[in-house]
Amino acid sequence: MLKKVNTFWFSIVLAFVFYGIIQLLISTAMLNPFYTNTLIFICINIILAVSLHLVIGITGQFSIGHAGFLALGAYISAIMTMKLGMPFSVALIAGGIVAALAGLVVGVPSLRLRGDYLAIATLGFAEIIRIIFLNIDYVGGAAGMQVTHATTWTTSFLCLILTIVVIANFTNSRHGRACISIRENEIAADAMGINTTYYKVAAFVIGSFFAGIAGGLYAHNFYIIQPVNFGFLKSFDILIFVVLGGLGSLSGAVVSAILLTIVSTFLQGLPETRMIIYSLVLVMVMLYRPQGLMGTREITDYFGKWGRVKGGNQYGG
Amino acid sequence: MEAKPILNVSQVGISFGGLKAVAGFNLELYPGELIGLIGPNGAGKTTVFNLLTGVYTPTEGEITFNDERINGLAPYKVTRKGISRTFQNVRLFNEQSVLDNVKVAYHSLASHSILSSIFRLQKHFIGEQEMEAKAIDFLKIFQLDKVKDEKAKNLPYGEQRRLEIARALAAGPELLLLDEPAAGMNPKETKELMELISFIREQFNLTILLIEHDMKLVMGICERISVLDHGLLIAEGTPNEVRNHPKVIEAYLGEEVVSNHA
Repeated sequence: MLKKVNTFWFSIVLAFVFYGIIQLLISTAMLNPFYTNTLIFICINIILAVSLHLVIGITGQFSIGHAGFLALGAYISAIMTMKLGMPFSVALIAGGIVAALAGLVVGVPSLRLRGDYLAIATLGFAEIIRIIFLNIDYVGGAAGMQVTHATTWTTSFLCLILTIVVIANFTNSRHGRACISIRENEIAADAMGINTTYYKVAAFVIGSFFAGIAGGLYAHNFYIIQPVNFGFLKSFDILIFVVLGGLGSLSGAVVSAILLTIVSTFLQGLPETRMIIYSLVLVMVMLYRPQGLMGTREITDYFGKWGRVKGGNQYGG
Repeated sequence: MEAKPILNVSQVGISFGGLKAVAGFNLELYPGELIGLIGPNGAGKTTVFNLLTGVYTPTEGEITFNDERINGLAPYKVTRKGISRTFQNVRLFNEQSVLDNVKVAYHSLASHSILSSIFRLQKHFIGEQEMEAKAIDFLKIFQLDKVKDEKAKNLPYGEQRRLEIARALAAGPELLLLDEPAAGMNPKETKELMELISFIREQFNLTILLIEHDMKLVMGICERISVLDHGLLIAEGTPNEVRNHPKVIEAYLGEEVVSNHA
């Protein structure tokens, strides 16, 4: 247990050293705004990927409406700062909470559905959110809403660390094990005394909360938000991060979010090519690594592996 | 026999649309008993298990467990009341380790909240450590502690069966329902299983209800046997009584044979 705590603090320290270096580069203007912006965008995408990973990878609920929660977080936080004059931090939290509440309202009825049906229900929800914002003049309708630039490297990195710590801690506890057991075999989980509905909804709400936070960061990074940014293609982008990384692997979601954000950022001038490359990458991964980049492993497993082999294992790897 | 049954099933039935899968099923289980439930394929044995564990809600009749009505309760609530089960086709949490499979069954015995886990409060560590220690001790009883870090799907079939029984017991039941525990086992494994069942019955003070096709096993360890056919209870009694019951022979071998036999 002590060893686990130490690796935890070690990774936190490592993360903040990384943060410090980047922050230094930004403040000394060695990193130009384009790269800074890419880094922020990577943070946002990782938050989205990791939050969806909790729902799909850990709990096994195939939700493809994550852009809906992103949109809610974006619009609510934008309303808070632009219309109500609240500080950015309050707006971020408000965006997260409203998205989480929406997750609760949508989750309770729709998580009774399974597989394809749940996918369709969540997709429908995301479209409803988009259409609602499209038709509200208060938030600018189709023309969109102007938002000040408030997202910095510091805020996005803090949110990212918070997301990863919360979701990793949730996963590595009796609650996370309950969620994984639902993914593995819902009937057996139920028979073992797990309240499956409760945990499905809990995972969904936590995932929605962080998608809402990501929405707040997103809105305050791009000067303008429009409903068209939150269509179902956005949901699929996030889904691709999770599937490509390997369903059930948090580090896989992080790695693939970084990888694909870099690819798509450098192909921004040619959006059509971007989608072709996306598709090609997906096809290639599914052909050569159907379990995703990381499978269900975590990066830490590779370190743990050596220790385990030394300890001797009857059945081998 | 003790005076009070632990489980009382009276006139329970369920229909799916027009099909009566089980009708008028009666069963009384007294503490410490080991009862067999047999019948030809499609007789409704697993349906009875599903009724008892809350997977299905009976359309008629009443099930009481420790004097508490349990029909219509959600499966996880039934488990928390003290009825635990295994499945006909093994249903382990394949991608989870052997240890985690057992820990999941301990889930409702721990009490640290989601928030205490997220913020890694003292409660979380205490709760998790307790679960871990308990689960390891538990695996030792079933000689599975050596493979505790192995994924459940990588275990040999016999050990998977054993793990499933271990997991069901970790949930802390008073009544254990075993659905064809010997399915797919060779005679040696079946013999080991019979020993295991007798052992856990003593060790955990269990009442056991068992579905099985292996007659040697059923006749060997069960004190009483109920026979189902086409959703109806056709016979009840000691292994010997059941073995010679004309209706049972008819259900298994057909009517013709009975008349020839007579």
